[in-house]
Amino acid sequence: MNDINIKAWQRSDGRKGIRNVVVVGYLVECAHHVARRIVDLSNDTDVHLIGFPGCYPNDYALKIMQGVCTHPNVGAALMISLGCEGFNREHLQKTIKNSGRPIETLVIQQEGGTTSTIEKGLSMVNKLKSQIAQTPRCDMKINELVIGTICGGSDGTSGITANPAVGHCFDKLIQHNACCIFEETGELIGCEQVMIERAATAELAHEIDLCLQKAANYYEKMGYGSFAPGNAEGGLTTQEEKSMGAYCKSGDSAINGLIKPGDIPPKGGLYLLDVVPDGEPMFGFPNISDNAEIVEMIACGCHLTLFTTGRGSVVGSAVSPVIKICANPDTFEKLADDMDINAGKILRGDATPKQVGDETFDLVIAVAQGERSKSEELGHQEFILTYKKFEPIGPACLSFAH
Amino acid sequence: MPENKSKNQLLLLHKNDNILICCRNIRPQQQVQIDSEKVSLTQHIEIGHKVARVDIKKNQKIYKYGVAIGSALEHINRGEHVHLHNMKSDYIPSHTRAGLTSESNNSKGAANE
Repeated sequence: MNDINIKAWQRSDGRKGIRNVVVVGYLVECAHHVARRIVDLSNDTDVHLIGFPGCYPNDYALKIMQGVCTHPNVGAALMISLGCEGFNREHLQKTIKNSGRPIETLVIQQEGGTTSTIEKGLSMVNKLKSQIAQTPRCDMKINELVIGTICGGSDGTSGITANPAVGHCFDKLIQHNACCIFEETGELIGCEQVMIERAATAELAHEIDLCLQKAANYYEKMGYGSFAPGNAEGGLTTQEEKSMGAYCKSGDSAINGLIKPGDIPPKGGLYLLDVVPDGEPMFGFPNISDNAEIVEMIACGCHLTLFTTGRGSVVGSAVSPVIKICANPDTFEKLADDMDINAGKILRGDATPKQVGDETFDLVIAVAQGERSKSEELGHQEFILTYKKFEPIGPACLSFAH
Repeated sequence: MPENKSKNQLLLLHKNDNILICCRNIRPQQQVQIDSEKVSLTQHIEIGHKVARVDIKKNQKIYKYGVAIGSALEHINRGEHVHLHNMKSDYIPSHTRAGLTSESNNSKGAANE
């Protein structure tokens, strides 16, 4: 198992990527169409669209864009600015340049509008592509992978098939010293005691406790109730049962750290990503859709994401591949073309969560080695980034006890 | 997370659990395997729902994934359906379309009969 080798791309900042992508990023909605046309006309699965729609500056959005543009799967970046938006493009450019990546910026107001910016952008993408084709290849081991997990469209089957299977996969990855990230702090009411017990240090246990209190308070202010009648119809009886269903994606390993969006975990192990903004609710719900969470995990360095679903979902992501683990056998039949793994067979007695966990683990390795996941094949490259506010994490959030 | 694998209708998620999860609809009077014994169920049980693996006393914790997910409102016999009518959250009452589940025993939650 330890002799598994991944042919990766060696970035000059020392990190290793499993893809070699050019990102084209719009820095305000006004530049979205131009950026999208450049990506479309490039007609290359390894040219991805990312961006931020707001005109007002936001520290969090800048941090996430920096994290995504300097992600090890990214070789080079082209930024499309309208010219007058608040986004600090100079800062972003400098960060990308300092990471050793080629970076180009086009300002629509200076380039003479839509047509000439698209034309120039296309030739820049071609130049960047030929530059990153020269990126040295290197050997990468499992312990250098960063894997995230989220669930979306959950039902009564999620917490008994796909989520425990991903938990097994996480345990196995962590045994190989890979870095695994789970999130869901808004839906972990009832898991605090179990989670606290899994914290590697007492200080971290306290931080996790505070983080869940913050989440409960935030959702209460949003007037959000998590337990729906549909959950009861699917066999779930209590809030803590529903929470556990989502939580079991994290497996059984010790929790080594609590991070916030855009923080890079310092080493292998299991990390909880706190996605709930700090302070009083300001910009609405913590994450408005599944892809907002995936983007945050990518900004933390995730090479790929394990997405579990019961009701079904079709999304992928820009920059990092998404692997779909379908919890419900009926959904799998309906959406077979979009699903990588059928965890629903656990319900039929044809496999155990551990076996599906092993299958997921093997697929993680295969996708890291270059095999395209279903959503990648279908061209799914969703990306969404909105306004948020976070304070930096304190020293107690990272434990080095393993 | 140990588990058993069989063509059985009931799934054990964790060795410490006192409930099993139904993975195929079970008819009343149908015989199912619980651990090493055949047990005849008295109720209709749907996919995703819980069945008592052992006798559970009133106020005892219900364990799923090896973790407490609430407490028994009354004595629950092995093989019995475990849901809103005989267990409750230790955090917040669950909402159903009929309103809040009550803290006391009622039959309102036995929706699948």
